[in-house]
Amino acid sequence: MDAIILQILNGLDKGSAYALIALGLTLIFGTLGVVNFAHGALFMIGAFCAVTLQRILNISFETIDPTRTDFLGNPMKVKTTYVETWFGPEVGASIIDWAVPLAILFSIPIMIGIGFIMERGLIKHFYKRPHADQILVTFGLAIVLQEVIKFFYGANPIPTGAPDVFKGSFDFGMLLGFEANAIIYPYWRLVYFAFAAVIIGAVFSFLQFTTFGMVVRAGMADRETVGLLGINIDKRFTIMFGIAAAVAGLAGVMYAPINSPNYHMGMDFLVLSFVVVVVGGMGSLPGAVLAGFLLGILESFASMNEIKSIIPGIDQIIIYLVAIIILLTRPRGLMGRKGVMED
Amino acid sequence: MLGLNKKDLSLLLIVAFLALCAPFILNPFPSDSSLAQFNAGYPDLMQRFVIFGIFAIGFNILFGLTGYLSFGHAAFLGVGSYSAVWMFKLLSMNVVPAIVLSVIVAGLFSVVIGFVSLRRSGIYFSILTLAFAQMSFNLAYSVLTPITNGETGLQLTLDDPRILGASRTESGGIPVTNFFGLDMRDTYEMVVGPWAFQFNNGYYLCAILMLISFYLAIRIFRSPFGMMLRAIKSNNTRMTYTGLNARPYTLAAFVISGMYAGLAGGLLASMDPLAGAERMQWTASGEVVLMTILGGAGTLIGPVLGAGFIKYFENIFSKINDGVLHTWFGFMPDGLEDLVVTLVHPFVGKGWHLTLGLVFMLVVIFLPGGLVEGGQRIGRLFRRKKSGDEAKKSTQSTPAE
Repeated sequence: MDAIILQILNGLDKGSAYALIALGLTLIFGTLGVVNFAHGALFMIGAFCAVTLQRILNISFETIDPTRTDFLGNPMKVKTTYVETWFGPEVGASIIDWAVPLAILFSIPIMIGIGFIMERGLIKHFYKRPHADQILVTFGLAIVLQEVIKFFYGANPIPTGAPDVFKGSFDFGMLLGFEANAIIYPYWRLVYFAFAAVIIGAVFSFLQFTTFGMVVRAGMADRETVGLLGINIDKRFTIMFGIAAAVAGLAGVMYAPINSPNYHMGMDFLVLSFVVVVVGGMGSLPGAVLAGFLLGILESFASMNEIKSIIPGIDQIIIYLVAIIILLTRPRGLMGRKGVMED
Repeated sequence: MLGLNKKDLSLLLIVAFLALCAPFILNPFPSDSSLAQFNAGYPDLMQRFVIFGIFAIGFNILFGLTGYLSFGHAAFLGVGSYSAVWMFKLLSMNVVPAIVLSVIVAGLFSVVIGFVSLRRSGIYFSILTLAFAQMSFNLAYSVLTPITNGETGLQLTLDDPRILGASRTESGGIPVTNFFGLDMRDTYEMVVGPWAFQFNNGYYLCAILMLISFYLAIRIFRSPFGMMLRAIKSNNTRMTYTGLNARPYTLAAFVISGMYAGLAGGLLASMDPLAGAERMQWTASGEVVLMTILGGAGTLIGPVLGAGFIKYFENIFSKINDGVLHTWFGFMPDGLEDLVVTLVHPFVGKGWHLTLGLVFMLVVIFLPGGLVEGGQRIGRLFRRKKSGDEAKKSTQSTPAE
């Protein structure tokens, strides 16, 4: 029993990342009808926003402290960050410590901006072209973004720590009445899951309860009619693209402490997120979220030793296997809508 | 001749001429000049030109004719490589059984994968093939290690049985691959003044196989079968309404292109007998898509051009470093020189993929027909200058294959 709960928990954080990326992909697909292969790159850029903010906060200047000497007998040079001098040592240190959560604020305008530029500058011209062309051009864009990041940040993963408060693990088993240390779970992953839940809830309520969201939903159902009613649907869809980019970016920002950002993390997640979207059903937002968590949890179950000893290697292929079975038996995916990308 | 019309025959002859004289054509600069780094006439690179040419020709039979965009073709390349290396390990170092087996195994694989994937089309097909390829890649990396040797990659060892050959040479080394006694590695060097032209056995084997594949591709393009595939691309629904079952045709195209990929994989292993899982990764599948699109999907010569273009520039660009740039721009004043070098630096050397991505995006945006369409447009531009009447006609005519 405790093993099962542990695997469900383990699946949640990966599942949250899948769900967030797949949600953005589906938003773009549902509104603009574009298959965005560069979405993984947006996730990666988000993670590098966290890295950048951490670096910016750590910009420091050197002063010579005459009272102390280093091991050579010279006066010791002390590095002080600007943040610490401005806000005082304690507040400054905690600001640096909280770099990753702060990067959320930092990344939202950046990601929305990138989303706008992408949509207006490139993807706008591809609405009328075949899906293959959309895949190809966004695939090219993903390569370019990835290489730009590699040029500026190098090819090695950059460790980006979570705030000290969230380091360490939470003994989940105690809460449920199991033995101590039976189920331990890092705090940050809980935070990630909660964060993902908040973002998903925010996106859904935005679409469900605001006038803007209502118009967007109407546009998803019948773009032409909404346009004929005198509503500038293109502008709203552009904004939705920005929001989708921001969702992917935020997923990346918060994922930085779990997995040190490197330039190819986007591609790694992209392939899986596409599988998630297809399993959930093209164009279905709840489907994307559901499939994201489902596949994340399935993956972590498949990596249990008991299961691996029955079917070796199942943990490597489970997601693809599920996708193949779903596509062949339920071509529209779990919650796909009728008439969306039927062929 | 050979069942081709005049135009196709001349195309085939041009390609044959280019392929067979490649050691001369790709080696235009004397080896002591500063331009020698642009020479591509060495065996390793020439082999890659033609092998990836075969791969792209095969991919084009599927994508160019039927419009099904497969993102998992590298799986067949990898499978071909593995089976070829196993043939070298178990049977003999002759490349013929290895290549035959790699084509057969890749064909079988593509029957299975194609049968399942082709039940869906469009983006679903792309994702299904991608899923299959990633599955094979992951399996090759982990569970199938006894067959694929995991991360290290499959290599020849001194203890391999090699039933029809020696497991080790007289001097105690690993024997080299050969074609009935003709060592693939052997290179004849012809020195003419400052030029050194290299004629490599392996290259010529690959080139001849490439020409045969190219010839077969022309025949497929011109056959009723090819016509049927194009009809599927232009309107599958209408094809179905006429009472025709399109799936056997697309499956046949898929298997043919899978076998081409297997042939390419087998040749890669024959030239350099090792096989690694990274050959099956989806970035490798992406590469062949890039080649085909860059050259011109659906055209005969496009994929070969694209493969050559990408492999050539990959090789040349990766070699350019800051030192080379400084010698190039040395004629400029110092400040300007440094500025230009800093600006160009991200795009060369390790930044080759950045250039590739940009070029690819530009091609998809402005030249969906690839280099071939670019050439046609330029050609049309010149013709228009000659006479206005002809220009009108040529814009109305259907684009040439």
